[in-house]
Amino acid sequence: MEILKTAAAGTLESSDCLVTVEPGEGIHLDLSSSVMNQYGRQIKATVLSTLERLGVENASVTVVDKGALDCTLKARVECAVFRSNGTSASNIPWGGAVR
Amino acid sequence: MKNAVGREIPDELLVNGKEVYQGKYYMDGKYLQKAAPKTHRYEKPQESKIVASLAEALKACGARDGMTFSFHHHLRNGDFVANMVMKAAIEELGLKDLTIAATSLGEAHDPIADYIEEGKVIGIQTSGIRGRMGEVVSAGKLKTPAIIRSHGGRPRAIEAGEVHIDIAFVAAPTSDCVGNCRGIGGKSNCGSLGYAMTDAKYADHVVVVTDCLVDFPNFPASVEAIDVDAVVVVDSIGNPRKIASAAARISQNPRDLMMAENVAKVIASTPYFKEGFSFQTGVGGPSLAANLFLEKYMDERNIKMGWAIGGICGPMVELLKKGKVGKVIDVQDFDLDAVNSINQTPGHYEMSASQYANPANKGAFVNKLDFVVLAALEIDTGFNVNVLTGSDGVLRGAPGGHPDTAAGSKVCIIVTPLTRGRMATVCEKVVTVTTPGDCVDVLVTDYGIAVNPLRPDLIECLDRAGIPHVTIESLKEKAYSLVGRPDDLQWEDKVVAVLEARDGTILDVVRKIKPLEL
Amino acid sequence: MIVRPKPERFRLRRTMMFMNAQKPGLIKDAYIYGCDSIMLDLEDAVAENQKDAARFSLYHALTTIDYGSTEVIVRINGLDTPHWQEDIRVCVAGGADGIRIAKCESARDVHTVEAAVEAAEREFGVEVGRTLLMAALESPKGILNAYEICSASDRMFGVAISGGDFRKCMQTTFQPDGVDMLAARGQMLLAARAAGIQCFDTVFTNLDDEEGFRAEVLQNKAMGFDGKSLINPKQIRLVHQVFAPTEKEIRQAEKIVRAFEEQSKAGVGVFTVDGKMIDVAFIPGAKRTLKLAKACGMYEGDLA
Repeated sequence: MEILKTAAAGTLESSDCLVTVEPGEGIHLDLSSSVMNQYGRQIKATVLSTLERLGVENASVTVVDKGALDCTLKARVECAVFRSNGTSASNIPWGGAVR
Repeated sequence: MKNAVGREIPDELLVNGKEVYQGKYYMDGKYLQKAAPKTHRYEKPQESKIVASLAEALKACGARDGMTFSFHHHLRNGDFVANMVMKAAIEELGLKDLTIAATSLGEAHDPIADYIEEGKVIGIQTSGIRGRMGEVVSAGKLKTPAIIRSHGGRPRAIEAGEVHIDIAFVAAPTSDCVGNCRGIGGKSNCGSLGYAMTDAKYADHVVVVTDCLVDFPNFPASVEAIDVDAVVVVDSIGNPRKIASAAARISQNPRDLMMAENVAKVIASTPYFKEGFSFQTGVGGPSLAANLFLEKYMDERNIKMGWAIGGICGPMVELLKKGKVGKVIDVQDFDLDAVNSINQTPGHYEMSASQYANPANKGAFVNKLDFVVLAALEIDTGFNVNVLTGSDGVLRGAPGGHPDTAAGSKVCIIVTPLTRGRMATVCEKVVTVTTPGDCVDVLVTDYGIAVNPLRPDLIECLDRAGIPHVTIESLKEKAYSLVGRPDDLQWEDKVVAVLEARDGTILDVVRKIKPLEL
Repeated sequence: MIVRPKPERFRLRRTMMFMNAQKPGLIKDAYIYGCDSIMLDLEDAVAENQKDAARFSLYHALTTIDYGSTEVIVRINGLDTPHWQEDIRVCVAGGADGIRIAKCESARDVHTVEAAVEAAEREFGVEVGRTLLMAALESPKGILNAYEICSASDRMFGVAISGGDFRKCMQTTFQPDGVDMLAARGQMLLAARAAGIQCFDTVFTNLDDEEGFRAEVLQNKAMGFDGKSLINPKQIRLVHQVFAPTEKEIRQAEKIVRAFEEQSKAGVGVFTVDGKMIDVAFIPGAKRTLKLAKACGMYEGDLA
C-alpha cells in the first residue's frame, strides 16, 4: 500500500500507542516506548512485520508506545496505514493482509 | 558471592564485616554494640535556640565537607526542607562531598539531583528513591553506590553506627523556641514524626526547621528539645496539599476490589483471624480496599482487630472510631483523617521507626504482626518481591516497611495485578530482590491466588475454605502469554545501588542499566 | 490465532457486560470478572471518527485474546448508519459468538443483518449459521413488533430492551419502581417466551445507587428475565446472587430429574415427588435450575 497522506491512529493512554504514518522513502521507524528496555525489539519487529504484510514499502512511521500489547500495536499501525489511503472505513481484508 | 536469594554480590562490597544475605533470621540472637553520638553540651540557661537561617544553623553545627545530613519524609511529596538545607549547604556555604541519609526521597527532591550531577552530593542512603534522583543514580552519576535500606533496617544501621549522622534536620509542623517538635498544630501538619525520632537520638547535631513557632513547651513532643541544637523558622516547610491528601479514598476500580475481596477471604481462612488479631495494610488501591472486605468478615464472625500499625489513613481511623480495632499505632500518616486523629482519638498512638520495624531491637511491632497486605512492582516464581526498580531497571520505588513486615508477620500477602500495561508483574526473576521470597506467603492477583510452597499450612487453610489457588509458575506463564516474554535487561558492571536486607546483610545490588539501542 | 468454539444458542446469560471495543486496557481481559457474556461495543461507546479504529482493535482482540468460556458478543452500529456492514464483516471474520442488532424495529431488520452475516460467513469461510444474533429493542415500534423480531431467525438467541432510548421515545424517565418500562418489559418477555428465546433487561446506569440496582435486579428476576446488561464489573456479583436458585429449589430440581430418569426407565410417565404431581413438562425447568446452580457454584452433581 502507498502512504498517500499523513495519518494517525491510537492514543497516548496507558496500554495504547499512537502511530503516525507519513509519506517517505523506504521504511523509517521512530519508536519510543515506556517498556523500551524489555520490549523494544519485539515492538519494532511487530510494527515492521505489520507494515510488510500491508505491502507498505515507503513510509516514515512514528510509534509512541505506552505499553500496548502486540494486538493493539498491529491494530493501530493498520488503521493508520488504511487511513493514509482513505480506505479505512470499508472492505478491509480481514484475515488477509490484516491478521 | 551468591547469597540466599541467588544474587551475585560483588566481593568488593563484602568488607568491614559486611555479609551476604543468608536467610530471614540469620542475625537472631547475635549481640549488637550500639553507637553513641558525640553531642554538644548546653549547660547555661538559654532563652532560645532560634538562629536566623539555615546557613547559620549549619555553621553553628560545624557543618563541613564530607558530612552526612539526615532528613525524614513525613512531608512526603510536599517536602521543601531537604532542598532548602542542601541549597544552603552547597550554594551558601560551598560545602561538597556530602551524603544524604533520608528516610525516603521522591519527586519533591528533584532539585537535589543537580547536586549529584555536579558531584557535590556523593552519597545517598534512603528507604525510597523516585523521580530525578532515581534517574541520576541509575545513570551512575552518584560517586558511591546508593545504599537502600528498609524502614526497620535504617534505624538498625543508625543504632549500630553503620550510618553516622552528623546533622539531622527535622522538618517540624510545630516547634517551640528550644526544639520540642510535634507533627500537628501548624499549617503543614503531617501527624506522626516517627521516622525522625531515631535520627534525633543518634545524630551528633539536630536542627529543627519549622514554619510554625509555638509557645514553650510544645508538648507532648515527638522530637524533644533535649536532643536539639538549633531551631530555624522558615516561611514554609512544605506544600500541605502534597503532604497529606484530604482523605485516602477506597478504590472503586473493579479489579482492585476483586483482588481486595480475595485478600480478605484468604485472611479469614487462616487460624490467625481471631479475636484480637493484628494487621497492617498499605495504601495502594487493592491493599487499602482490603480493609473494607475484612470488616465484613469481622462482623460476620463477631471478632475485633486487636491492633493495627503502619502508615495509617482514614479507613483504619474509621475502624478505630467504630470500636472495631483496639489500638492504632503509627509511624506515618497518609491523609488528613489520620493526621487529625493521632494522639487525639483514644487508642491512636505514635511510634518511632525503630519501634515499628527495627529487627535488631528487642521488640519491634512488626515481629508481633499477624497479617500484612503489601503491593509489589514485581514478584518472581521464588516469591521474591521487587518494590524498588521498575521493570526497565531504573530506581523508582521504596522498600519502606515491606521487607520488615513481610519477615515479621505470620501471613504476608502480596496483592498485585498480574500485568501493568505491558509489564508482567509476576515474572521469572525480579530485577531487584527487595523482599526475600522466604518472607512472602500468599500472592493474590486478578488472575488467581498462589501460596508459597513453604507454607503448606496456608495451602490447607485455603483448600478447607474452598478458595481456589494455582502455582505461581502458572501465573507467570499466564502473564507472559498476555504480554510476551520480555528481553533480559542489559547491565553494565558498575553498581549504582546496594540493597541491604533488614538485618544489614546484602540482599542485592542494582547496576547501571544499558539502554536498548535499536 | 484463537479459534472460539461454536457458539451455543441457548446458554447461561445472566450478565452481559458492555465494553468499549476501542479501549485496549478494558477489552484485554474483561472475562476475569466472571460475567457470562461480554458485549464489545462498536456503537455508542465509540466516537463517530473512531469507528474504523475500533474495528481494527476488535479484530485483533477477537483473534488474539483467549476469552475462554465467556461469550463474546459485539454490538454493531444501527442500520441507519454507514458503519453496520463493515461491523458485520469484522465480527464474522474475527469469530465473534454473536451480534447485537442495535435499534431493531422489525423482522426485516433482522433479515437484513442475517443476509449480511451470511454473506460475510461465506466470504471468510466461516460455517454458515455459526454467528448468533440478538436484537436490542429501543423504540415503541420495536416493542410492538417484538414477536416478529424474536421469531425472525434461527440465529436469534435473545432480545433485550435498551432503556435510555426507549424512555426518551416514551417521554418518560427512569422510575425506581420500573413503571416507566413495565408494559414494554412485559410485552418483550411475552414475545421472547412465545418465540422460545431469551430475554434481557437494560443497563442500570447509576453506579452509586446500590439499593436502586438491587431493586431493579430483583424485579427482573421476578418478571422472568434471563439476565441483564451491565456497564461495570462491580454489578456482576449482585445479578449472579439474585439469579441464583435457592438451596430448596436446587434440591427439588435434583429430585425431579432423578425421579424422572428412574421412572421413565420403568415406563412411568406421571409420578409424584414430595406429594406433587410431576410429568415430562417439569424437566426442562428443573434442568435449567441445576445448570444455573452449577454456574453459581451451588451444585456439583452430574444431573446438570
